[in-house]
Amino acid sequence: MFTYTLRRLAISVPTLILISLVIFLLLELAPGDPMAQVPLTVPPDVKERMREALGLGEPMHIRYFKWLQQFFIIEPMHLIDHWFGTTFAEGSQRVISWQTRSPVMDIVVQRMPQTLWVVGMSYVVGILIALPIGIYSAYKQYSVFDQAGTLVSMIGFSVPPFFSGVLVIVIFSVNLGWFPSIYDTTHVVNDWDSFNIQLQQMILPVMVLALQTTAQISRFMRASMLDNLGQDYVRTARAKGLKEGAVVMVHVLRNSMIPVVTVIALGIPAIFGGAIITEQVFKVNGIGQLLITALFANDLPMVQTLTFIFAILIVVFNLIADVLYGILDPRIRYD
Amino acid sequence: MTDVVPRQGALTDPVPEGPPSSQMRDIWHQFRKHRGALFGGGFLIFITLFVLVGPYVWPFDPQQLDIRNKDLRPIYVALWDGDAKVAWIHPFGTDNLGRDIMANMISGGRASMAVGWTAMLLSLIIGTAIGVISGYFKALDGFLMRFTDLVLSLPILPLLLVAVTLFRQPLRANFGPETGMFILIVTVIGLTSWMNTARIVRGEILALKEREFVLAARSIGTKPFTIIRRHLLPNVVSPIMVSATLGLATAIITESALSFLGVGFPSDFPTWGKILSDSVPRMAEFPERVMLPGLAISLTVLSVNYLGDGLRDALDPRIRGR
Repeated sequence: MFTYTLRRLAISVPTLILISLVIFLLLELAPGDPMAQVPLTVPPDVKERMREALGLGEPMHIRYFKWLQQFFIIEPMHLIDHWFGTTFAEGSQRVISWQTRSPVMDIVVQRMPQTLWVVGMSYVVGILIALPIGIYSAYKQYSVFDQAGTLVSMIGFSVPPFFSGVLVIVIFSVNLGWFPSIYDTTHVVNDWDSFNIQLQQMILPVMVLALQTTAQISRFMRASMLDNLGQDYVRTARAKGLKEGAVVMVHVLRNSMIPVVTVIALGIPAIFGGAIITEQVFKVNGIGQLLITALFANDLPMVQTLTFIFAILIVVFNLIADVLYGILDPRIRYD
Repeated sequence: MTDVVPRQGALTDPVPEGPPSSQMRDIWHQFRKHRGALFGGGFLIFITLFVLVGPYVWPFDPQQLDIRNKDLRPIYVALWDGDAKVAWIHPFGTDNLGRDIMANMISGGRASMAVGWTAMLLSLIIGTAIGVISGYFKALDGFLMRFTDLVLSLPILPLLLVAVTLFRQPLRANFGPETGMFILIVTVIGLTSWMNTARIVRGEILALKEREFVLAARSIGTKPFTIIRRHLLPNVVSPIMVSATLGLATAIITESALSFLGVGFPSDFPTWGKILSDSVPRMAEFPERVMLPGLAISLTVLSVNYLGDGLRDALDPRIRGR
C-alpha cells in the first residue's frame, strides 16, 4: 500500500506539470493583448517598458519556468515565513496580480474562507441528507419513497444551479421574504442574533448546492447498498439471529460506504468548480467570483494561478480517493 | 406397449405462434415499459418541433421592437391581478424593449438545441474515435488513456470560461458575432466532454476484440479498418447512444451556464441561458421571464436524462425481457 501511494504520488507530479503547461499555453496562445486597454496616446517605448514591468518582455519558456518557480517554491516559502517568522523568501518576486498589483496568493487567501464556508457547509449538509435517503431507498427498493427519491435526484441532476438559485431567491426572498437574497460576507458573528442572520443568509446557497450533492451521493449510496444487500454474508448475519438494525446499519452499511467515501472525496474539487455559478447567483465573493472578475479584467496571472489551484485540487483528491479505496477495502490492494 | 404421454402446454402448438420478434421490437417493448423514458422522449420531440416549427406558426420576429407594448405581462397574470398590463397581441408578454417573449423563447431554443446537438455530436465523434483506436490498437492504448486521464483532471468549467473569454474577439471578427460564438462554444464543449465516451467505448472494444467473430474476420484477411467499421462499431452503438443522451444534457447545461456567466452568446442572439441571465435583475417584477427559459432548460435536460435511463435499460439485453 505504501509503495502504491508513493508510485501514485510520483505519477501525479508529471500530470500536474503537464496541466500547468496546458493552462499556460492556453493563456499564452490566446489572441488579445493585456496592453489593449492602454490609451493610444501612450508612446510605444513607454508601452514597451510597461510590458516589461508586467513581466511580458521575456520569451515564453522563461516566463513559464519563472511562473512555476514562483508558484511552487517562492509562494510556499512565503507561507513558511508567514507562519514561523523566518525570512526565506526575502526579496524574491511573487506572482503579482495585474489588477491590484498585490500578490495573487494574498487575495486567494482572503477569498478562500467565504468559498470554504458556503461550499464546504453545503457539501456536508448534502452528504448528511443523502446518506439516510440512499440507505432507506435501497432497503425499501421500488417503494414509494424510493420512487420519489429517484425523481428528486433526477431533478437534482437536471436543474442547473443558475436556475434553482434564481428560483429559490424568487420564492424565499422575494415572495416570502424569509431569507436575504445576497450573501453578506462582511457580516461578523459575535452574538446570538448575528448568528441567526448568518444562518439565514447561508440557507439559500447551501440549499442550492446541497440539492446537487444530495442527488449524486444518494444515488451512489443506494446502488452500493443494493449491491451489498444481496450478498451471502448478509444472509449469514440474519441467520445467526442478529437484529435487522444491526445487519443493515453495521454489516451492510460499513461495506457499502467504501465506494461512497471515494465518491465523496472525488466530488470535492467538482464542487469548487460548480460553486462558480452559485457564488455568482448569491453574490458571494469567493474564489469562483474572483476567477470571473479576473477573467473580465484580463488579469492573466490571477486566472492562471486560480485555474491551476483548481487543477491541483482535482489531482490531490483523485489521489486521496484512490489511496482511501485501498485502505478501506483490503480486497483492493494494488501491490 | 409404451404409454403415450399426453402433450402439454406449448408442445400442443402445431406451429410457432408468431414470427420471432426482431431486435428493434424487443428494444421498443422494453423501452415502452419505462414510463419516464417515454415521457422524456415525447417531451424531447415536442420541444424539437416547438423550436423547428415555432417560427412559422408564431407571427412575431424575435428582434422586432414594439416599444409601445413593452413590459407586458403574460395574459394569465390577469387571472389574479386585474391591474397587470396585459394584451392579447402578446399572450406571453414582452420584455423591456417590447420584444415578444415567446418568439425569443423559440429562437433561443433553436440556438440552445443547435449548440447542444452539435457539441454532443462533436464529443461523440472524438470520444468514439479515441475509444476505438485505443481499444483496438494496443500500441496506442497507453498513450491515449494517459491523455484521457490528463484531460479528465483538468478543471473544466474554469478552462471553458478562460477559453471562451480569450478567443471570443478574433472568432467574432472572422465569422461574425453569431457564427463565431457558435463555433467557439461548440468546439470548447466538444473538446472537453469526450472523455467518458472514450473510456466506455474502449472498454467495450477491448472485450469485443477477443470474441470469435473478430478472430474469424481477421483470419480471412479483413483489414483492421474494415473490422472496426463492420464488426466492432455496430456492437458499440448502444453504449454510444446512452452516452449521447448524457452528452446532450451536459452540453445544453454547459452552454446555458456560460451564457449565464456572461461569456456566451450576445444579447441580440439570445439562447435560453442568456434570456434567463438577462432577466435576473428584474425578476421580482417579471418572474415569468426567469421561469420560462429556466423551465425550458430544466425540462429538456430532465427529459433527456430520463430518455437515457430508458435507453440504457432497453439496449441492455441482460435486462431486456424481465
